[in-house]
Amino acid sequence: MTLLSDLFTDYTLRTVALGSAALGLVAGALGAFAVLRRQSLLGDAVSHAALPGIVLAFMITGAKTPLVLVTGAALAGWAASLLVMLVVRTSRIKLDTALGLVLSTFFGLGLLLLSVVQHSAGAGQAGLDRFLFGQAATLVGDDLRTMSALGALVLVVLTLMWKEFKLLSFDPAFAGSLGFPVRRLDVLLTTLLVIAIVIGLQTVGVVLMSAMIVAPAAAARQWTDRLGRLVALSGAFGAISGLCGAVLSSLVPRLPTGPTIILVVTTVTLLSLLLAPRRGVLAARLRAARQRRRVRIESVLADLYRLAAQHREPAAAPHDIDALRTMSPDAGVRAGLKQLAAQDLAVADPDGRWRLTEAGLARGRELVGGSS
Amino acid sequence: MSDTDTPAVRVTDLTVAYGELPVLWDIDMDVPAGKLMAIMGPNGAGKTTLIKAILGLVPPAAGRVEIHGERYERQRRLVGYVPQRGSVDWDFPTTVLDVVMMGRYGALGWIRRPGRRERDLALSALEKVGMTDYTNRQISQLSGGQQQRVFLARALVQDARVYFMDEPFQGVDARTERAIVELLKELREEGRTVVVVHHDLQTVRDYFDWITLLNVRRIVCGPVAEVFTPENLGLAYGGRMDFLQRQAPTDPPPDPQDAFHDYGRIRP
Repeated sequence: MTLLSDLFTDYTLRTVALGSAALGLVAGALGAFAVLRRQSLLGDAVSHAALPGIVLAFMITGAKTPLVLVTGAALAGWAASLLVMLVVRTSRIKLDTALGLVLSTFFGLGLLLLSVVQHSAGAGQAGLDRFLFGQAATLVGDDLRTMSALGALVLVVLTLMWKEFKLLSFDPAFAGSLGFPVRRLDVLLTTLLVIAIVIGLQTVGVVLMSAMIVAPAAAARQWTDRLGRLVALSGAFGAISGLCGAVLSSLVPRLPTGPTIILVVTTVTLLSLLLAPRRGVLAARLRAARQRRRVRIESVLADLYRLAAQHREPAAAPHDIDALRTMSPDAGVRAGLKQLAAQDLAVADPDGRWRLTEAGLARGRELVGGSS
Repeated sequence: MSDTDTPAVRVTDLTVAYGELPVLWDIDMDVPAGKLMAIMGPNGAGKTTLIKAILGLVPPAAGRVEIHGERYERQRRLVGYVPQRGSVDWDFPTTVLDVVMMGRYGALGWIRRPGRRERDLALSALEKVGMTDYTNRQISQLSGGQQQRVFLARALVQDARVYFMDEPFQGVDARTERAIVELLKELREEGRTVVVVHHDLQTVRDYFDWITLLNVRRIVCGPVAEVFTPENLGLAYGGRMDFLQRQAPTDPPPDPQDAFHDYGRIRP
């Protein structure tokens, strides 16, 4: 209960929780498109590439106001994503290689600049390294307002251009044939992704931010087959993870917010992968097991029928379980017979020999066919 | 535009190159209105690229494209497109109805969402291709032939005067192929023009009345009855194309699979 009241009264906790939820919402929603367009790694490249932008923005302006740093991050992230597209378009280098190259180059540059700033400007200016792994506790009202405004802008554009982005993601060639400027739409959607990433950097950090893009979307994909629901659910997963991560880290001393948020969201993803009703691993296993059992039952039933069919009065002829075992050595014969008995398709005589019931004979005839 | 002398599609001096390599070289092609035309040629001949260049999806190095007498950019609304089925991710989270309604996005323009009218058009297109039962199906649950029907329905709602279809018969069963052919002929009856990238030499005479043979250069473009000859096929596919002679009534019909392999292999 104190936690709940803290959420409303404790200024720091409220700011951190709201900021984390907002970043999760926006990153989740945009991440859904990134994942569908197989651009998951672009998010990784953009977030790493934002680091030099943040440091450069500080070096040039000397200011640490959120809007300045976020602008620097966005410009660098944007430049990196355009550079990736350019490399892929103009050379034989494939997307994954281009992403790897650009990511590490920008990140290396960022680390270099960061150490320059820290050595020259002294400890007072050292706060920039919080962008590496994120430090949600440093969020203040100003940050929250910037994050919310940018996040709202992203979501409004996404809603307005919904139809265009859907078409771009599903069938860009067809979009082009209808006269939509595919490349510009691509750049616009990527720009929204860049903004979604940079508003999370202070909280989650450049190293882990890509998980906020990928994980909620991967989780949401497990639960739905509709784009609208996917984006909404992905945003919700992101927001809830942000909120839970922030609250959890406030409960335990020295628990860092960014990594906690990431662990929450990846837990959600893991559970979704396991438990989702149709796409989940467990559901698939169950389906496979059910299928195997059906095959086993039918194979035992068919064997029993073939044996019975050799006699004049089929129903009356019981058979030894070993005879069945020789016919189908790999099928779990006893388990199969038990299943048949449960379905009243076969019965065991007191001496342990088995025969088909009338219903079992009928099924056997269907399975084996009239030939035997 | 009803002028019968104006071709539905006029391609002049079209050249496309990827890097140094010319993919299409100086293509001239006129397609009269109301024709069903096949584009044929060996693998790598540039058939798909020709369609994409006409639709402005790959930038041409030179040349121009006119649709019913005007530059393509001004006539986009008159044009419908069926891309190769394999060009999209069929695991995309959307429904059959949704995909078909995408055919109206061009007419809708920016930002406006599809509504009742688009829905009704999509439903009647789905009925035409025999996919009514699949309206709300997730697209990943469709077979290859069903996917192709959905793409055709999407093109139908475009209500275009000229259609470009990239291998609509690729990987569909015989029943679907017949259904598609019926549909194409219906479109022609309505005075529309349909340009189809096609692979099966056996069915050309049955399905099409116009043909363009292509192998980087345009080999020939004209009525099937006149230009679909062994000589021209030889020019397009390089090598001896004697299977047309084998089609003489006394001979057993050639295995279509053989024909496929024959011309798949010939090109250097």
